[in-house]
Amino acid sequence: MQKYSIFSLIKNAFSNHQNWDLAWKDPTPKKEYDVVIIGGGGHGLATAYYLAKEHNITNVAIIEKGWIGGGNVGRNTTIIRSNFMYDENALFSEFGMDLWRKMSQDLNYNVMFSPRGIINLAHSDAQMNIYARRGNSMRLNGIDAVLLNREEVKEIIPMADFSDNVRFPIFGALMQPSAGTARHDAVAWGYARQADSMGVDIIQNCEVTGFDVVGGKIQGVRTSRGDIKVKKIGLCVAGSTNILAEKLNMTLPVEAHLLQACVSEPVKPVLDNVVTFGAGHFYISQSDKGEMVMGGDLDGYNSYAQRGNLPTLQHVLTEGIAMMPFLSKLKMLRTWGGIMDMSMDGSPIIDKTHIEGLYLNCGWCYGGFKAIPASGWTFAHTIAQDRVHKLNEGYSLSRFNTGHLLDEKGLGTKTWIS
Amino acid sequence: MLHIKCPHCGMRSQNEFAYGGDATIKRPELNKEVSDQDWDNFIYNRKSLRGKHKELWHHISGCRQWIKVERDTATHEIFKTVKANEEI
Repeated sequence: MQKYSIFSLIKNAFSNHQNWDLAWKDPTPKKEYDVVIIGGGGHGLATAYYLAKEHNITNVAIIEKGWIGGGNVGRNTTIIRSNFMYDENALFSEFGMDLWRKMSQDLNYNVMFSPRGIINLAHSDAQMNIYARRGNSMRLNGIDAVLLNREEVKEIIPMADFSDNVRFPIFGALMQPSAGTARHDAVAWGYARQADSMGVDIIQNCEVTGFDVVGGKIQGVRTSRGDIKVKKIGLCVAGSTNILAEKLNMTLPVEAHLLQACVSEPVKPVLDNVVTFGAGHFYISQSDKGEMVMGGDLDGYNSYAQRGNLPTLQHVLTEGIAMMPFLSKLKMLRTWGGIMDMSMDGSPIIDKTHIEGLYLNCGWCYGGFKAIPASGWTFAHTIAQDRVHKLNEGYSLSRFNTGHLLDEKGLGTKTWIS
Repeated sequence: MLHIKCPHCGMRSQNEFAYGGDATIKRPELNKEVSDQDWDNFIYNRKSLRGKHKELWHHISGCRQWIKVERDTATHEIFKTVKANEEI
């Protein structure tokens, strides 16, 4: 594989950049693999990469119905954070933060990781208390957290509404300075390029039509491009989890829901951080191109349409304007939607299943993008070693049966309620 | 914007409604032994079908009645709406 560097850039400039190698190949599926990963999104690509890198398993195929990076990894608001209170979520995410910090070097691909800090605004004394508790929990787990008062917040984001007559005055905030954003497409492409170079077959435009399960063991997978013999399958298909689970006669604690995001026209640099509104559900950051990147609530009903409806967008942007009134003057450039695999306690599932050789990675709700490296790393471990790693022990499928739920947000089973 | 025909009030915008989830889920009968699996299926496990989906909606800013709606989860087309105590 061609290494990307300043030298290769200069060298290729002499040939007008016509002779770069393809970043990954377009192979025809083989008859048999050691491991098949279904889903060529961030999680699937990262899983294949860590299978090859950490466990030396390279006879691997990634099967993707569309094109790699065309699902949620290309549809999110690129926020990366580990500001969780529960140990399971905090330790898992902070492990991921370490991988994020090293990712550009590790993948030889600039993922433009930008640790610009996330600010969760608080709008009451009670919310400040809650944030102090969460911040303390984070610090006990070695994650940076700073509780800011109103004046400190005003210094960082003076464009927010600090006037006297607002419905939700800003009391302060919890900040995780090491949180940030990254270039989402680069994450998918970086993992794809490295996985491909280590021998992983990335098979696009290939739909899974069924599974061969004999005596409770995976024997193969049937696809639109032929049958493949395989003993281990990793399922990371996010919003399509229920559809594939049905082909396996499984019913999972997951529902498919629609989440929208949008960007404004590009403007000059105004916002250095990621900021979330604490009296509703709205988050915002500014991209390197100057667009304000915004998102918030789910549309709130089961959906597989990758496009949303205007009432939710209006609701979300009303919150944004309440927080930062200047947003009302911006024109909307694009809106889009993605399908979230909403789990019943708001936390993901990375586990083995009752079918031998079938491994499950789903239930990422709103937080799939930031989890890509940690999810790929632990899922690769789970598949390669046939046992969960300590980091994803809490993300078991059986917790819904045993009662060890991870309801970080305390929303009960209706995680789609807004 | 979804337009939902409330069987009590007529055609209204989705802004007046709150979503209530899968309408085919039945609570296990009272005063009978319930297996863990049945209870999990009631509380947590969902088919989340792609295509025609029977679901509950609450006309919360209207007549405040629960209704059943049959809607396509891929196209958002609504086929039929009935009162909560009617079969869809």
